[in-house]
Amino acid sequence: MDQTHTASESSAVHRDDVGARIGMWLFLFTELILFGGLFLLYAVYRYLHPQEFHEAAKELNVVLGAANTLILLTSSFTMVMSISYIGEGEKKKSIAALGLTIALALAFLVNKYFEWTAKFHHGLYPNSPELAARSHGDNLFYGLYYSMTGLHGLHVLVGVVLLSVVLVYIVKDKVNPDNFIVLDNSGLYWHLVDIIWIYLFPLFYLIT
Amino acid sequence: MQQGEEHTLVKARTYAAVYAALLVLTAVTIAVARMHLGQFSVLGALVIASIKASLVLLWFMHLKYENKLFMIMFVVAVAFLTIAIGVTFLDIAYR
Repeated sequence: MDQTHTASESSAVHRDDVGARIGMWLFLFTELILFGGLFLLYAVYRYLHPQEFHEAAKELNVVLGAANTLILLTSSFTMVMSISYIGEGEKKKSIAALGLTIALALAFLVNKYFEWTAKFHHGLYPNSPELAARSHGDNLFYGLYYSMTGLHGLHVLVGVVLLSVVLVYIVKDKVNPDNFIVLDNSGLYWHLVDIIWIYLFPLFYLIT
Repeated sequence: MQQGEEHTLVKARTYAAVYAALLVLTAVTIAVARMHLGQFSVLGALVIASIKASLVLLWFMHLKYENKLFMIMFVVAVAFLTIAIGVTFLDIAYR
């Protein structure tokens, strides 16, 4: 794409943007395997405890889950727009779009905070007396719910930090229209976080 | 971006269209879940989620525009994940 042009035009410093993107994708594959293992656990336990998973999923807040889906999808859109803008030399618009992406990521976490707090309030947290009294399947469901959405939430938090650093880079022109591979790769990471949520949302909140 | 503003506009429109499709599919997946299709609800949800993921991968993550190598790498990675999940399932299902 555009970077291959600019790479050859730029100065004597050697740069390999395609190589950098390959490296990023390789990292994303390790993430895929990390979450893939958890999805496998979910699939097997759901298969072994269909009724308990069915009932437990009804307790999750679909509205909050759907809201977070909208938030992440929107943030993915603002992310690609930020990359698109920097490529056109529209620094301010790029910063605005990236800032919006970070704000949406924070909104996702705030939502998650309220969701988890409500669950804690109902005594539904790992090793709680409430859950201990319930069936094995319920415990597995909530164990997976907390570990999978928790690990995903951690990725969102890492995304907030990563995108904030890149935002500063854009402001300081370290990331600029001739060299925005860092923004590009951060975007790839952010979209992967979005894709994982695309699967988490129906599996935990919708299938009842 | 040498191709100028027209190209830029096309790109922005494409992204907006993909975004709109993602929103529609989210509504569809919620609607399908409400229909209580029993054992097909998991399959339906996974199919819709995979369509959404493909949209993100192809357009937002530029797999569509990248060198073919990226697509090959991605397919190989997903194939191994599918094998891991598939074989485990065979074990669980026929144990």
